[in-house]
Amino acid sequence: MLSEFDVIVVGGGHAGCEAAAAAARMGVRTALLSFARDSIGAMSCNPAIGGLGKGHLVREVDAFDGIIGRATDEAGIHYRMLNASKGAAVQGPRVQADRRRYKLAIHRLLDEQADLDIVEGEAAALRLEGRQVTGVVLADGRVLRSRAVILATGTFLGGKLHFGMRNCPGGRVGERSATALAYQLRDLQLPLARLKTGTPPRLDGRTIDWAALERQPSDDEGWTMSPMSEGRLAPQLFCAITRTNARTHQIIRDSLHRSPLFAGEITGVGPRYCPSIEDKVHRFGDREGHQIFLEPEGADDFTVYPNGISTSLPEDVQLDMVRSMPGLTRAEILQAGYAVEYDHVDPRILEPTLAVRDVQGLYLAGQINGTTGYEEAAAQGLVAGLNAAAAISDRDPVILDRSLSYIGVMMDDLVLQGVTEPYRMLTARAEYRLRLRADNAETRLTPLAIETGCVSGPRRLHFQATQAARMRIEGLLTSQLPAEALRGVGADVRGDGRRSLADWLRFPELDGRKLKALVPELEVESRFLLEQVVQDHRYAPYVARQQSEIARLRKDEAIRIPRDLDFSRVPGLSTEMVERLHAARPASLGAAGRVRGITPAALAAILVHARRVAA
Amino acid sequence: MTGTGRDTIYALSSGSPPAAVAIVRISGPAALVALQQLTDIAPALPRHARLATLRHPVGGEALDRALVLHFTGPDSATGEDVAELHLHGGRAVIASVLAALCSIDGLRPAEAGEFTRRSFENGRVDLAEAEGLADLLLAETESQRRAALALAGGSVSHLVEDWQRRVLALAADVEACLDFSDEGDVAEGLPSSWHEELARLAEEMGSLLSRPAIERLRDGLRVSIAGPPNAGKSSLLNALAGREAAIISDIAGTTRDLIEAPTAIGGAPFLLIDTAGLRDGADEIEAIGISRTRLSLEQADIILWLGAPCDCPDPPRSIIVQAKADLNPRIDARADIRVSAVTGQNMGKLIELLIARAEGLLPKEGEVAINARHQAAIQEARSFLDDTKSAPDLLIVAESLRLCRVALDKVTGRAGVEDMLDALFGRFCIGK
Repeated sequence: MLSEFDVIVVGGGHAGCEAAAAAARMGVRTALLSFARDSIGAMSCNPAIGGLGKGHLVREVDAFDGIIGRATDEAGIHYRMLNASKGAAVQGPRVQADRRRYKLAIHRLLDEQADLDIVEGEAAALRLEGRQVTGVVLADGRVLRSRAVILATGTFLGGKLHFGMRNCPGGRVGERSATALAYQLRDLQLPLARLKTGTPPRLDGRTIDWAALERQPSDDEGWTMSPMSEGRLAPQLFCAITRTNARTHQIIRDSLHRSPLFAGEITGVGPRYCPSIEDKVHRFGDREGHQIFLEPEGADDFTVYPNGISTSLPEDVQLDMVRSMPGLTRAEILQAGYAVEYDHVDPRILEPTLAVRDVQGLYLAGQINGTTGYEEAAAQGLVAGLNAAAAISDRDPVILDRSLSYIGVMMDDLVLQGVTEPYRMLTARAEYRLRLRADNAETRLTPLAIETGCVSGPRRLHFQATQAARMRIEGLLTSQLPAEALRGVGADVRGDGRRSLADWLRFPELDGRKLKALVPELEVESRFLLEQVVQDHRYAPYVARQQSEIARLRKDEAIRIPRDLDFSRVPGLSTEMVERLHAARPASLGAAGRVRGITPAALAAILVHARRVAA
Repeated sequence: MTGTGRDTIYALSSGSPPAAVAIVRISGPAALVALQQLTDIAPALPRHARLATLRHPVGGEALDRALVLHFTGPDSATGEDVAELHLHGGRAVIASVLAALCSIDGLRPAEAGEFTRRSFENGRVDLAEAEGLADLLLAETESQRRAALALAGGSVSHLVEDWQRRVLALAADVEACLDFSDEGDVAEGLPSSWHEELARLAEEMGSLLSRPAIERLRDGLRVSIAGPPNAGKSSLLNALAGREAAIISDIAGTTRDLIEAPTAIGGAPFLLIDTAGLRDGADEIEAIGISRTRLSLEQADIILWLGAPCDCPDPPRSIIVQAKADLNPRIDARADIRVSAVTGQNMGKLIELLIARAEGLLPKEGEVAINARHQAAIQEARSFLDDTKSAPDLLIVAESLRLCRVALDKVTGRAGVEDMLDALFGRFCIGK
């Protein structure tokens, strides 16, 4: 086995797999180091991939030829397009994946990837020369040398599991916690903070009364996460919905003193948007019940994930609670829910490339940066992998703009704002989301990906074909038609006169189906691509309106702030502002303006001070 | 040059000389040193005025007997050390003191708006407050000064901050629908209380927008005196202005261009505008004057119409004046008032009428007044609120609310920082 690499990725979760695959696609020798080969590509929490904001991230990673989208399609057993009625840009594709198939797909994709070795072993420590990373030392004494190391170790830093009032060290049930490495990061004086997250109990699907429950079938629209996928290959299953009720809430209230969260055992901060069921009952006591989605974990697996009852209550309470709900009166728990507390590194010490600012060659990706979710992890893995590879081969860093991608939004948020709770992508975080649709990720980003050099031949060909088809469609949309012609196919538009079809698409009355009736040549084109073009024109006026705003943003982005600017010497800044600016070290005036609490006066002061220093 | 690496700046910061008192302000790290070099007395407590003889730091000749005081940073208008010299307001005195300051190391004359820019940089004022200062500095009458103070005290900022908070709350409701619809615990649509709050906000913005703009305090209410040639417009202007601002003759068409005469009447600022008489068949130059007259009438707050009442171009904005009352004894019942600029007949009443109109058009004391920039931003914010009603989907509702927030940000200065600063500071006259 080789013991010398360009990039070593530590951790085989979603961040680690994507990082290793991305670095290898860039053509540098890459090792993926994991405790156990078998745990690579495991979906450790819920079985769903995608959703609002998250589905956008998956599509964006896929546009860079990443692996999460393709693996999801190989394993998808339930597809749903969220927000179907609320506007194209906020529609989020969400897929439930069969755990076993997903892991197999990831293994296959990694195995097929050139320049990528999987190394089984425990990372004991980083190999350091001063503040330069030169590799990883394994627990068995082996040394792997490299020019860059990406830590994608998830919740393993200082991990602590809580089962009711009982707790033990560890990142996940059945896996060890990487505590030695944690000490080393402390020695490097990387600022750490504590967060918590939780999981629900897993149920035995054979003990659920499915007939008593409302079903939610997979949609039959035929879309996939990745345009490279051939379709939905796995059998499609349905989910079901149940609800908590007054009795469930009473059971929880009666046992709050046995919840480590309420007894003060857990100090880490949990996410506001994904609270434990005891939190929900405690904070929203007036609600009569909460929806719980029962999601199968696999086609040949009877494990069911009850989405919505993450908890750290003791197991006996969990069982009472579960059995108080319709359809679950005789349900059995296969694995009790638990809470995890873990350390994360304050991501404000990172560059937008995910490189640690003052440790040469060290990159951090995924939950270690305080994020939550597979998709957020995968996107960071992609960024770290691309950039580690770019840095050691003297290529330009790959930095995504927040006006062009959700990935860019996340990077910018992380390195400027830090996190106060586990960071989850939301469409609301992206101020220019009108243009950042899940369905146009390829159009937005694949050209950049090709330029970066991380795109394989088949993907490039696919992209070129798509572009050609798009040109054909756009050409057909230039034909001028009178309003009567549109009314003739049932598009009852309010406007009149002659307009191009592209212009007519601003009217919601004209849709893809009616368009095909008007222009039969469109019949042969992909309906997904056609829909993308329809939405482009539908939102064109709004997108155009944002253009000047984005131009202004770019202008402020172009005003660089010297790296060594001492913010405490900027007159008029409050102590709090100085602290935040020092932690985030914004590289541009635009970035400084996005640091929370920075007022216009402060920004003007920074601008003038920076200029004075530069003069 | 001192540790902060900044120049110390100075300028005459009171109005143009000659005047009873002239104030020269010095700001920056060397301000106090400069004060000491000019005066022959021991340093005193900050904010305590003393009488001192100012001498040239090199030649030692006496320049003036002046009141001097200083403020130590950051507790000063600019946030830096500031010294003030209250001089006798003659041109020669001022010139000699400025020359003396120029001879002191580290001092240089201030650039336009530099004092306020420093206040702003040092966090002494925010953008809305800084604009209030700009207006304050231009204010000439008492009521202008008070309205400018209300703006400088941050009353616009407070109001806009309240709106920002509430628009944010509305936006949060929409975002919840967009981002958490899959969690089952968020309602599908927006409740009626959401629409009610939106309507309330739009109404509040509208009510601020309908108030007079602060520029009216600064530039004066525009009073256009119009009518056919030889109606006595110029005589009326001169009588109201109390000076010979316009040439008067019996020849029709004497006034060929607009003549503007700023004047204060009863403490309220007016800009009296004499116009070319409106008639057909005028020569080319007079025709240009007449088209300017029409433009002036469009922009007028009040029209003093000296023509036939039935020809009045905009009765609601007009006071119909029967002029030359001394020459024309016939009373026209449709006129609001009969005056004579020559005998002064009813001029007092006309002034009362003007003041009464002015009350409705100028911001009341203590009322929040907004300037044109705020007005445009708030107008924009309100139109984005209105856009939510016709939005095809929730995504566009959210986008409209985001743009509404961006528009409000413009008042307190979040967006386009640099442009804003350049535009703002360019308006300042030197030393203010």
